[in-house]
Amino acid sequence: MTHHVETHEEAANDRVMFGFWVYLMTDLLMFAILFAVYAVLHGNTMGGPAGRDLFKPELALAETLILLTSSFTAGIGMIAARRGIKRQVLVWFGITFLLGLAFLGIELFEFAEFIHEGHTMTVNAFLSSFFVLVGTHGLHITSGLLWLAILLAFITKRGLTKANVRKLALLSLFWHFLDIVWIFIFTVVYLRAFV
Amino acid sequence: MKEFWLGKLNSHALPHEWFTILGSISFIMLGLTVIALLTYTKRWKWLWNEWLTSVDPKKIGIMYFIVGGFMLLRGGLDAIMIWLQQSLSSGASHGYLSAEHFQQVFTAHGNIMVFFVAMGLIFGLINYIVPLQIGARDLASPFMNTLGFWLYVAGVVMVNMFFLFGGEYAATGWLAVAPLSGKAFSPGVGVDYWIWSLQISGVGTTLGAINFIMTILKMRAKGMTLLKMPLFTWGSLCSMIMAVSVFPLLTMTLFLVFFDRYFGTHFFTTDAGGNAMMYTNLIWMWGHPEVYILMLPSFGVFSEIVSTFSHKPIAYYKSNVLGMIGVSTLALSVWLHHFFTMGASAEVNSAFGVATMIIAIPTTVLVFSWIATMYKGRIRFTTPMLWFLGFIGIFALGGISGVLLAIPPVDFQLHNSLFLVAHFHSTVIGGVLFGIFAGLNYWFPKIAGFRLNERIGRYAVWCWIIGFFVAFTPLYVLGLMGATRRLDHYDASKGWQPFYIMAFVGGLIIAAGVALQIVQIIASFIQRKRLRDTTGDPWDGRTLEWATASPPPSYNFAVIPQVSTRDAYFEMKQLHTPKHAYEDIHMPKNTASGIYISIFAFLAGFGFVWEINWLAVVSIIGIIVCLITRTFNEDSEYTIPAEVVKKMEKAQAAKVRTEHGSNSDDEADMGLIEFVKTVLAWALGMALSIVRKKR
Repeated sequence: MTHHVETHEEAANDRVMFGFWVYLMTDLLMFAILFAVYAVLHGNTMGGPAGRDLFKPELALAETLILLTSSFTAGIGMIAARRGIKRQVLVWFGITFLLGLAFLGIELFEFAEFIHEGHTMTVNAFLSSFFVLVGTHGLHITSGLLWLAILLAFITKRGLTKANVRKLALLSLFWHFLDIVWIFIFTVVYLRAFV
Repeated sequence: MKEFWLGKLNSHALPHEWFTILGSISFIMLGLTVIALLTYTKRWKWLWNEWLTSVDPKKIGIMYFIVGGFMLLRGGLDAIMIWLQQSLSSGASHGYLSAEHFQQVFTAHGNIMVFFVAMGLIFGLINYIVPLQIGARDLASPFMNTLGFWLYVAGVVMVNMFFLFGGEYAATGWLAVAPLSGKAFSPGVGVDYWIWSLQISGVGTTLGAINFIMTILKMRAKGMTLLKMPLFTWGSLCSMIMAVSVFPLLTMTLFLVFFDRYFGTHFFTTDAGGNAMMYTNLIWMWGHPEVYILMLPSFGVFSEIVSTFSHKPIAYYKSNVLGMIGVSTLALSVWLHHFFTMGASAEVNSAFGVATMIIAIPTTVLVFSWIATMYKGRIRFTTPMLWFLGFIGIFALGGISGVLLAIPPVDFQLHNSLFLVAHFHSTVIGGVLFGIFAGLNYWFPKIAGFRLNERIGRYAVWCWIIGFFVAFTPLYVLGLMGATRRLDHYDASKGWQPFYIMAFVGGLIIAAGVALQIVQIIASFIQRKRLRDTTGDPWDGRTLEWATASPPPSYNFAVIPQVSTRDAYFEMKQLHTPKHAYEDIHMPKNTASGIYISIFAFLAGFGFVWEINWLAVVSIIGIIVCLITRTFNEDSEYTIPAEVVKKMEKAQAAKVRTEHGSNSDDEADMGLIEFVKTVLAWALGMALSIVRKKR
């Protein structure tokens, strides 16, 4: 049996990865609460329009495709990062960033339209739970984009150091996680409204 | 314009009730004394460098003990206020508190005791002991640990803000049930203070829990498999896994209450389709597991103590571990028993009732494991052991009344009665607080370098046990007589007053116990030379924390021990394993980022409480900036060269040789009378020297 001796740094890497997974699970539980709340409250429109009357399925589909593609480019970027090709990392994660921005833009456009038509989150319980569930996801995307922008700036400056590659790995994990949560939002919120 | 800068704040918010004024004056006096003392002794820099910015889990643990200890006094004062009001306020007399104030007092009592006493002290113990028990030098993420601690401190300050600064506290009960906690029924800032003190400290708890899971699962000494882990570490692991499973629920639920109050959404409101019963479900899905989060480490403490003081390895180790895992899993599926009366169907109620009763099984397994350990052991009745025996009695009472309450038809009779209050105090005081006290007594020599006074310790235990029964037996009886909880006044014809008075007397006896605990620490400090623990192993311990010096060096172990059996250190003592060569040790550097982030978190909460939007926004940006600077700071470690380690270890060994022999006989521990004499003599000496100087 060969015994692999871990260096101090490898052990730290391993711990951070594991800890981040545990963090993601806690975040998932927070979304679980929001999904449960939406499931309980989505019918309470108090006579106002329901999801079926408000949502535009083509917008949600566009958001889904954009976010899935961004996850794909993040994955390719990660391969480049492991190989230590800085230019490719910047390009692929740059695309990820732009796609994320596009996703956020569409979401904000949808929100703005609802608010403009008077469907704000204070109107009824359905809208409260819709805005907070989808908005929390949007907030996560925003913080992911902020993180990505800063990380890319540091990679340009300091290069693909071990610490930066580790941060990139955590970030792409976060990004895929948000993708999965979005799939659930797409199904539970948007698709279910038209069933 | 004024509204923009100050939100809802104005001079009316400042303390103006007698008890808030008294509270703020006493805290200001305390603060001024501490500041004066630090300035006079020129200790500011020392305090900042050695303590406040430290990432050493041992120092953070001690800071948890200090803050948690103060909060115990603060929450205890609330308890005495509640008992006094209830023993006075019968018939024509309405006591000394208005109904509104009384409600704020019992709400604060519950929140402080659960969040800031029990959580704080448990986290203190875990911080100090777990790394030592698993043979680690620090935690997986030292930064997250200091951040967690300072967020806890920010929560502590927030919960006391209503009299430190102004406003009011929630008058809703410790879980702020909806719709009472909504803007419509609680328009003041009390519930907002409640939200943010729990929110900030709750995030700290989640971070701490993630950190300890990483540490326990990834940083154990070589050879320590999961089933060779000491039981306190096992209890902590179970507790932390529960914490990461339910604290996110609390965080989100609090956010939803906050949205309801701040942005006017309709999650738990009575109008526009809100659902208040959903709040009850969500909050108890966190609230019930929370008490087990507190209790499991405490179970672990008892396992360690029973095994050490019976001079035997723990009996049925695997069943004990399984018992703790069982408790922590089942505890996640019983929350509904807190509201059998809310109107779920009989089937649902029965399912949750049965689940609740099943928890008694793994708990009983634990109790039998302890009893079997004592069986035929050479038992030493030290103070920690007495706390343990007190726990068994009180906890059994709490457990039995709990099984009773788990039967839905019985619960319909006893719901919200004092019987319930007596029940959960039996479990929490017996199960959590006694465990903490036992642990503190047991590990005190490790932490301070000298053991605690046994004689005065025994007095304190007996005051607590007797006080407990005098205080809570009447509450059981009152509950059966139909007294509901949280009454600020009752009719004289009920005949309840004698019972309430008896409970108040019990409260005073417990207070005497607390006073004795403080005396115990001071008396031990006076006799610290005699009580010094030079060996690092005062109790003939069995686990790794006793293998290093007391108090341990910053790096815990010069050479990480190799583990091959369960009672690793006990085995080592028999075999005299030779030490290996020293190596360079990597240690984390101190950081103040945790403090800055917590200050911003506090300010953000404060901004939300008083609707000062600019402050909240600025503070949130501050948090983000601090986090970014911290994560991109790659210079966070330093190295202690092997040579230095060798020197430090040699110095320690020399010290042990000169101060040979530790005293564990308690004959010469000072008693109360001697303590009073010593203190008086000291005070007299001080007074005389001052007079002489003046001449």
